[in-house]
Amino acid sequence: MFIVNYIKDVFTALKSLAIGLRRTLFYFTHHNEIITEQYPDNRATLRLADRFKGEVVMPHDANNEHRCTGCTACELACPNGTIKVVTKFDITPEGKKKKAIDKLVYHLELCTMCNLCITACPSDAIKMAQTFEHSVYDRSQFTKVLNNEGSKIMEGVE
Amino acid sequence: MVEELGSNTEGDLIINVGPQHPATHGVLHLVITLNGETIKKVEPHLGYIHRSIEKMCESLTYRQFIYVTSRMDYLSSHINNHACALIVEKGMQIEVPPRAQVIRVLMDELTRIASHELWWGAMAMDLGAFTPFFHAFREREAINEIMEETCGARLTMNYMVPGGVLEDLHPDFQRKVKEFITLYKRKIAEYDDMVTGNIIFQNRMKGVGVISAADAISYGCSGPTLRGCGVSCDIRKIYPYELYDKIEFDEVLETAGDSFARYMVRIREMNQSIRIIEQLIDNIPEGDVQAKTKAVLKLPKGEFYQRVETARGEFGIFIVSEGGTNPYRIKFRSPGFSNLSALDHMARGSKIGDLVAMMGTLDLVIPDIDR
Repeated sequence: MFIVNYIKDVFTALKSLAIGLRRTLFYFTHHNEIITEQYPDNRATLRLADRFKGEVVMPHDANNEHRCTGCTACELACPNGTIKVVTKFDITPEGKKKKAIDKLVYHLELCTMCNLCITACPSDAIKMAQTFEHSVYDRSQFTKVLNNEGSKIMEGVE
Repeated sequence: MVEELGSNTEGDLIINVGPQHPATHGVLHLVITLNGETIKKVEPHLGYIHRSIEKMCESLTYRQFIYVTSRMDYLSSHINNHACALIVEKGMQIEVPPRAQVIRVLMDELTRIASHELWWGAMAMDLGAFTPFFHAFREREAINEIMEETCGARLTMNYMVPGGVLEDLHPDFQRKVKEFITLYKRKIAEYDDMVTGNIIFQNRMKGVGVISAADAISYGCSGPTLRGCGVSCDIRKIYPYELYDKIEFDEVLETAGDSFARYMVRIREMNQSIRIIEQLIDNIPEGDVQAKTKAVLKLPKGEFYQRVETARGEFGIFIVSEGGTNPYRIKFRSPGFSNLSALDHMARGSKIGDLVAMMGTLDLVIPDIDR
């Protein structure tokens, strides 16, 4: 009886291995099941999801105008101190002082892409970009100024 | 450790596994006392990835502290975030819109499947089978793509906010999830063919790492580790949160208490998660995804506790509030820590080759153990 059981065990064991190997052979011959992305080669066609959180950017229009009022809501919402708003006072044509941003400093190396600054912004001045290749040679290059040189606030944004 | 070596007169061998070891899946350091090939003692040394998250949370507001919990158990980040959102809602009595509730449960279950799939691949790899790892990642990739489209991130989503979820679902969400369900049902048979039925795998798992129900409870195990011993401990059933008391699903139980039982619990749990998703995916109610909340959240003075069932077991948050915008004290109960503490008990007397298999079935995520 022992011998019969032993041989039975050997055969069930071999069968289980064959079942597993059948799957390997299946993928060996069915190439359309492969889903590998050829990453650095497919850069031209690679498109990330629209909502992908890559980095914070500030969109500017054709007249080099942005929507940021300098209210520092994003700075307060950020858990890591990623954003620093530097404000200045512009003199309006009527001769009044008006608060505006001088620089919106963004530290990419501290950012965790939690989206809290975007939801906090009352005037939709910042948004998430779909970039993801962030490697640079020097850490200082991670510190970015989001508003363009010489940009000013859009007409009608308060 | 040097003292231990000095006082060692019986010729025992003390070896270090980790902190840089491929089988520990992170910076876990195990000091193992061996007598020949037999394990006499396993001592986990922690602290290599301690980020002092609990202390950090005390300086963050109730909106900000959620993102940190994604960095603990990064494979169930949705479920961790869910617990944070629930505790704030409980404290402030915020009513969550029905649409947001359904979205949350759907995301939780998708995360659970993704987590179990990664565990399945990684565990098979621990035992020397490399192919299953790629098969598991294929299905997981489908879930990650769904997450990327709706939440904007693949791993640390930060999608749950107090009062609901961050954004509405992507228009493609329902179609993609249904596609995933068909893919999953087509491929799950492969899992059994390749790993579950494999004779080498079964011999290495059955009767290995046995822990009795009483011992597992005394070590504070939870989740699949405890359910593998036949103890009913699913938080979704015992203390239902969100919609779980209205959804039909079974709590998966195995009685053997060995590595194979824990393995089977996880495999069968994936099927239950699919069942939950199937029930909800066509019944997402219309409406808001976020309740109206105040700009500054303040929990009333008092103590709050909320537990959820992550892919690894019971995850709990305890908050002491002084009525301000930040928590006065915050404590996380992570499932991984308690499950790891039972490893010593499981491993004593078995061979060193089986240790990796036991660790695999505990599904350890090191940043969760060492916060």
